[in-house]
Amino acid sequence: MAQPSSCAQSSNGVADESPNMLVYRKMEDIIARMQDEKNGIPIRTVKSFLSKIPSVFSGSDIVQWMQKNLNIEDQVEALHLGTLMAAHGYFFPISDHVLTLKEDGTFYRFQTPYFWPSNCWEPENTDYAVYLCKRTMQNKARLELADYEAESLARLQRAFARKWEFIFMQAEAQAKVDKKRDKIERKILDSQERAFWDVHRPVPGCVNTTEADIKKSSRMKQPHKTRKSVYGLQNDIRSHSPTHTVTPEVKEPTEDELHDQIQHCQEQLDRHRLKMSKVAESLLSFAEQYLEYDPFFTTPEPSNPWISDDVTSWELEACKEAGQQRVKRWAFCFDEVMKDPVGREQFLKFLESEFSSENLRFWLAVQELKKRPIREVPTRVQEIWEEFLAPGAPSAINVDSRSYDKTTQNIKDPGRYAFQDAQEHIYKLMKSDSYSRFIRSSAYQELLQAKKKVQPQNRPRHTHASLLCMKFALNVKMVFHNDIKIQREIKMFHSLLSRT
Amino acid sequence: KNRQLPLLSSANLVFLVEMAAQEVASQPSDTLTTLKTESETLKTKLEEERAKLHDVELHQVAEKIEALGQFVMKTRRTLKGHGNKVLCMDWCKDKRRIVSSSQDGKVIVWDAFTTNKEHAVTMPCTWVMACAYAPSGCAVACGGLDNKCSVYPLSLDKNENLAAKKKSVAMHTNYLSACCFTNSDMQILTSSGDGTCALWDVESGQMLQSFHGHAADVLCLDLAPSETGNTFVSGGCDKKACVWDMRTGQCIQSFETHESDINSVRYYPSGDAFASGSDDATCRLYDLRADREVAIYSKESIIFGTSSVDFSLSGRLLFGGYNDYTINVWDVLKGTRVSILFGHENRVSTLRVSPDGTAFCSGSWDHTLRVSGQKYLRLSGVVMKVSHLFCLSPDLGLNVDWNSDVSLFSPQLDSRITRRL
Repeated sequence: MAQPSSCAQSSNGVADESPNMLVYRKMEDIIARMQDEKNGIPIRTVKSFLSKIPSVFSGSDIVQWMQKNLNIEDQVEALHLGTLMAAHGYFFPISDHVLTLKEDGTFYRFQTPYFWPSNCWEPENTDYAVYLCKRTMQNKARLELADYEAESLARLQRAFARKWEFIFMQAEAQAKVDKKRDKIERKILDSQERAFWDVHRPVPGCVNTTEADIKKSSRMKQPHKTRKSVYGLQNDIRSHSPTHTVTPEVKEPTEDELHDQIQHCQEQLDRHRLKMSKVAESLLSFAEQYLEYDPFFTTPEPSNPWISDDVTSWELEACKEAGQQRVKRWAFCFDEVMKDPVGREQFLKFLESEFSSENLRFWLAVQELKKRPIREVPTRVQEIWEEFLAPGAPSAINVDSRSYDKTTQNIKDPGRYAFQDAQEHIYKLMKSDSYSRFIRSSAYQELLQAKKKVQPQNRPRHTHASLLCMKFALNVKMVFHNDIKIQREIKMFHSLLSRT
Repeated sequence: KNRQLPLLSSANLVFLVEMAAQEVASQPSDTLTTLKTESETLKTKLEEERAKLHDVELHQVAEKIEALGQFVMKTRRTLKGHGNKVLCMDWCKDKRRIVSSSQDGKVIVWDAFTTNKEHAVTMPCTWVMACAYAPSGCAVACGGLDNKCSVYPLSLDKNENLAAKKKSVAMHTNYLSACCFTNSDMQILTSSGDGTCALWDVESGQMLQSFHGHAADVLCLDLAPSETGNTFVSGGCDKKACVWDMRTGQCIQSFETHESDINSVRYYPSGDAFASGSDDATCRLYDLRADREVAIYSKESIIFGTSSVDFSLSGRLLFGGYNDYTINVWDVLKGTRVSILFGHENRVSTLRVSPDGTAFCSGSWDHTLRVSGQKYLRLSGVVMKVSHLFCLSPDLGLNVDWNSDVSLFSPQLDSRITRRL
């Protein structure tokens, strides 16, 4: 059911954030709720073998909280959303570079807001080099480089060969500062820093969630906000430089555009609207009418090719003979006959029998005209005029005088829409007159009654086992809830079973 | 009454003069402001008029029809071959072939039924964001960062170099976001990051009509399904969906209720309504006769944007591909979600239902395309459909676990019939 989603607002109250920001804000709202003292996830310090693990919560804690607070019924869904939030770096497993959520006793920690993706981080490789270098200096088992990190470090050493002394110094300075920190604090900060890099330099094979859709990236580039340096190696481009202005997402409208908007609004105000109740009924009845043609509700005859690997139903569709189901559709509305090439053919035959086929032939010719390359249009317009509308035309059609006059004007400067008015008039004529007679005609009725040409190839042999299975299935009617045809088959077998 | 005027110091006088000067300078923008106010007032009035006829909600009217059970979807084919993110795909009218385009500049034509690649073209640019199959099945159109839309005729001769026969049709001033053939191979409709849509004659490359009205990038479009139809709908970064008359170039109707970019628009099969998918994590249904939004499809747990939407053949189901790697399926009339499909390992960027509605194809940033449909169970030659996940009591004998084997057993049968789906 429709649930209101939180409307994201940027700090100045205007809802014009880039699409990525919208998602970050929503995730951050969830994180805030997770961190709530009363109703959030309980964060604790766990005593492990020789030391304490500070500030953690388990995977199952997260999943349970999500199912309870975010209206998620299915555990799989909660795990999926949680994994995404981890992949964006909002919380992370403390002992794994791969950012996923597992529903078990694995420990997780929240990321510090400083490292949140909404701060527009675009960290440079020099920073990554400092970080990896620093890690090698700190003699701790838990800080040992993983294989992919060692490879990255080697590559960076080659790339920054000239700068390496400087990078090394930075790394040393960082390591020194870290040593002075409180042990517990250091554990937490180290893990958060590592999680930051796991987002921006993910394990090979993992999704890089910082990748952006290029269509939106021009709006995400806010040079005055982008943070490129974690360790202050370069000029953090956050100063208010006059050359870095935010490009507005939406162009300010010009006077002419505003005039157009006003005119457009005025025209729309005059529109005739239908009541919602009527519209709803129409949508319902359309869906109901076409349900038996929708392969998601009714198994196609003889089978759905993607499941049975049998293309018969496609071959049947392509052939000239139309099955009963297809013919039945023509009676739904005039458009259905005109959409189906076999339907058009049958309708044409019928009209020929009534000696009024020129209407349909004119309509088809004009449709064809609109499909031709622009180069051919003038000639075709002339041909159609000669055939159907000119005085003494061989297939003269009957149009109202207004359309006729307009058309006479149009062909002087022939375009693709030269016959638009005449075509609309003829369409209405066919729809209100010939179409209803076609549906009631004996020719159509015969097609409707025609026996099905093809016997389904894989007609099920009803073994004892299958009958029993059907019987069980009947007890649980929800299983076959959506399929109308199978419901009917079951009813048939039910009566068979009760007789045996 | 004699009022004593306060004495103005010279500083105050200067201040007053400066203020006056500023007011004079701001005169030219007054017309803009007045126009803006007028436009806003009219928009509000329009919304009021639209709301007057809103006597009931769609889902309320839909209460009288039976609810759908949960649908279980299964991937039937996985198409691997792109070297980077799949950005767009389109079905051929023969219901089995598809064309897909990718960030690596490749456009591939597949027979999705056999998973064979039939043609491949390398575009001169990366990020090919749009591709379309011609109605005849004999050509494909594509484009993206090159700001153009090009048409490639498909040759039966596998050895022929497709790139040699390339025809440049559309020229925009920014990226091409979507393209679509009209009812013939001879005309193409395009939408672009330059904020416009345009109709082109393929043979000459001439622009037949242009469509202006969006205030920002246009991201998607869809042609009305009617045989007599001359309209199409477009959606853009200005959060607006516009319905256009192809003949005159005028915007007939517009809707602005989304809270972020509209990434995808698709007509309801009857042509009376259309659905949209947006970065605000919702899909919405707009009815053209009621002239307003008539349904929102959203959930508290869905926070990532919708990249693409399409209807099942009857219009009862709406499929949405999302940036959280999932595909959600909605009951259009009741507004509830009836299925969620996991499987892609990165964003779903494009999704289309096949022309006969037997399956749907999704393309993703994980480099693959997947053709999926409903899950069926074949047992002793009887094809049954699994539409509920529930595990029932063992003595009733229907035990379903969608991730692995499906087993059906009963006390009366001798052995357990286990069938892998």
